Amino acid sequence: MHYFANPTRFQRLMDILRPWVVGVMLAMLAYGLLAGTVFGPADRLQGESVRILYIHVPSAWMAMFIYVAIAAASFVALVWRHPLALIAARASAPIGAVFTLLALITGSLWGKPTWGTFWVWDGRLTSVLVLFFLYLGYMALWQALEDEEKAGRATSILALVGTVNIPIIKFSVDWWNTLHQPASVVRLDGPTIDPSMLWPLLAMGLAFKAYYVWVLFARMEALMDARRVQAAQLRAAQHAAGGAL
Amino acid sequence: MAGLRARKRQRLLVVSVSLAAFILAVLTALLALGGDSLSLFLQPSDVSARVAAGDLKAGDRIRLGGLVAPGSVTREDVVTQFVITDCAATVTVRYAGLLPDLFKEGQGVVTEGIWQDGGAFTASSVLAKHDENYAPPGTLPDNPEACTHPESTYP
Repeated sequence: MHYFANPTRFQRLMDILRPWVVGVMLAMLAYGLLAGTVFGPADRLQGESVRILYIHVPSAWMAMFIYVAIAAASFVALVWRHPLALIAARASAPIGAVFTLLALITGSLWGKPTWGTFWVWDGRLTSVLVLFFLYLGYMALWQALEDEEKAGRATSILALVGTVNIPIIKFSVDWWNTLHQPASVVRLDGPTIDPSMLWPLLAMGLAFKAYYVWVLFARMEALMDARRVQAAQLRAAQHAAGGAL
Repeated sequence: MAGLRARKRQRLLVVSVSLAAFILAVLTALLALGGDSLSLFLQPSDVSARVAAGDLKAGDRIRLGGLVAPGSVTREDVVTQFVITDCAATVTVRYAGLLPDLFKEGQGVVTEGIWQDGGAFTASSVLAKHDENYAPPGTLPDNPEACTHPESTYP
């Protein structure tokens, strides 16, 4: 980890990984979408509307996965002060927010034909909405504080405090009575989802993760470039000021 | 450099311990104090307990959920009558209106309505609760026997 904390080395790592990441994403997306939505079976109770699963579930996984990634990066940034960790956390936030919104919207569209309602304030839906607000708050805090060092510390603490919501989301369906059903994939006694649906779903999950890494690299590059430009401008300004003296 | 390393170790300790303490505190508060009030609905056993304790009176608005007992659904004009069970207690529900497509005997529902004297319950809304099983048609029984569902095994 310390080895790749160097931006130049990390740039090289990104350049090596990128084609693989994009390849995995395209392959998994092709298999998952075709096997899930075209050739896969409908559900015994829900019929065709079950197919929104292949977008909704991976989005919800990413919503939580990216939050945990932000929290882990924030932890590294707070303890070891690696600037790259902070850049990774900051670059992840909008991606996580979009996936959370996608999970909420697809869930809502799925809820109407199956449950009979777009929204209900049960433990699962409410805690995911809180997650969305956490992402927004995290991004707003980055914007609100001008001093990058202070902003980095404040956002890292916010990200870590928010991790308490992750077990709440995961176990809300077990701890309380909810309209949302309990877990179907990640559960102690094994998945309760037919293999013909499970494999395409896992492929979609992998595709979404690869997409995250791909976009994360691009966003991190942009943030690192912005930093370099800022540093160069500062140097130029100092140089000009020195010349004027 | 030794000082820097010691500071990092101290930061690691402070951040880890305070994070663990915070998460533990919030979860304990939620689970110990939040308890039932964070649930979306009551189950028939909860209703019986509340009636016995005098906490549930006629005219109270509640959400009631559980499994639709097999063989309990009867229709009369637009009024549907069915029994909600959690395998320990049952409540008979009357509802006038459209039912969601997934409403089925042996499947879960969440209803909202007014509790009336004598244990009658008139629902103003009925939502279907999907279970955690996903399967192609014909691979799982369409109408599982009531109270074999993992969610319905209440203490």
